[in-house]
Amino acid sequence: MKIAIPADEQKMEGNVCISFGRTPYYLIFDTEAGTGTFMVNEAAQSQGGAGIKAAQAVVDSGAQVLLTPRCGENAAKVLNGANVRIHRSIEGSLTENIEAFKAGQLPLLEEIHPGYHGH
Amino acid sequence: MKIAVLSGKGGTGKTLVSVNLAAAIAPSVYLDCDVEEPNGHLFFRPKSIQREAVTVKIPAVDETKCNACRTCVEFCKFHALAMVGTRWMLFDDICHSCGGCTLLCPQQALHEVEKSIGEIQTGTSEGVTVRTGWLDPGQSSGVPIIRKLFAAESPLDQPMIVDCPPGSACIVMDSIRDADYCILVAEPTLFGLHNLKMVHELVRLFQKPHGVILNKCIEGDNPSKDYCLEQGITILESIPFDKTIGRLNSNGRILARELPQYHEMFTRLHQKIREVAGYETAADSER
Repeated sequence: MKIAIPADEQKMEGNVCISFGRTPYYLIFDTEAGTGTFMVNEAAQSQGGAGIKAAQAVVDSGAQVLLTPRCGENAAKVLNGANVRIHRSIEGSLTENIEAFKAGQLPLLEEIHPGYHGH
Repeated sequence: MKIAVLSGKGGTGKTLVSVNLAAAIAPSVYLDCDVEEPNGHLFFRPKSIQREAVTVKIPAVDETKCNACRTCVEFCKFHALAMVGTRWMLFDDICHSCGGCTLLCPQQALHEVEKSIGEIQTGTSEGVTVRTGWLDPGQSSGVPIIRKLFAAESPLDQPMIVDCPPGSACIVMDSIRDADYCILVAEPTLFGLHNLKMVHELVRLFQKPHGVILNKCIEGDNPSKDYCLEQGITILESIPFDKTIGRLNSNGRILARELPQYHEMFTRLHQKIREVAGYETAADSER
């Protein structure tokens, strides 16, 4: 199974990014192989619709699970449409979050915020 | 002549100035572009109102033709489209109605449909044609409503007063695009000054002739006034912080229709604007 996590830096001991749509990188971690790859989030620079574009990239990566501290409405629609499960991440490194997820300690993310859109 | 009234934030006195100006110089046209919270109609109480729906075009998909090639998704720079597996998704709040996706679809699977976003109401009030834009709650952009407000036919010889939305975003730019003159309304506080600077920057960018009305003036410091003097911005008028104004205004009354000194003030304001905007000679020679 593949897990996606927004990441501040391209290293496993780095932190989970507080933003889903505007994170600089995503870690795509394959639990069977025990390896991960980092993907640059091209949506981070977009003026609007970053959440949708980022969600599209996560869906396209083949991830079935997303670990994130928060998620906007539009991104959640795309992720839900692709049956990507969204779990709430905890403070700490990417590795710690993967371990916590495997141990069943990360609940589903309940609050989906309406987004921070502005014109 | 089109005069736009703007300020950096709500509650500064845009509606007070534009309603009174339009009433004092009637026959005139009053355009309420503050489409999220239009309130000029509360003062004018216009009669014989006509309504017009405002729609925008959004794409719709014919799933039997779509082969999930993603040409549309990759094209949309607003990211209003997504493709989940073979499922096409539209986020219509983000769509800017450019029509590009429909044109580019190699399968011709997309077509445009109308989406209602609000309406325009037109009525009259003692010689003032009152046109109000209403954006439906939940819709993201009132710009199409503003374009339609301006597109309607108005008596050419009558001055038009444009009550702009607060701030300095896209919707305000659309409201002042056609203006011959901009009135900036400012409060005598540091926050008022901050908001004044925002709209001042905007009118300079659009190279519009402009002047300031200092509203709610009290004894003591007025940072907005200091800024005008320092920048050499014309101060058109200073309106005092006055309980009478407050009371009449909160009862939905129009000062210029009730108190001669305010009728005079707003008539004088119009005269001054025509002079500084160089309108005087052209308009007078027509008479």
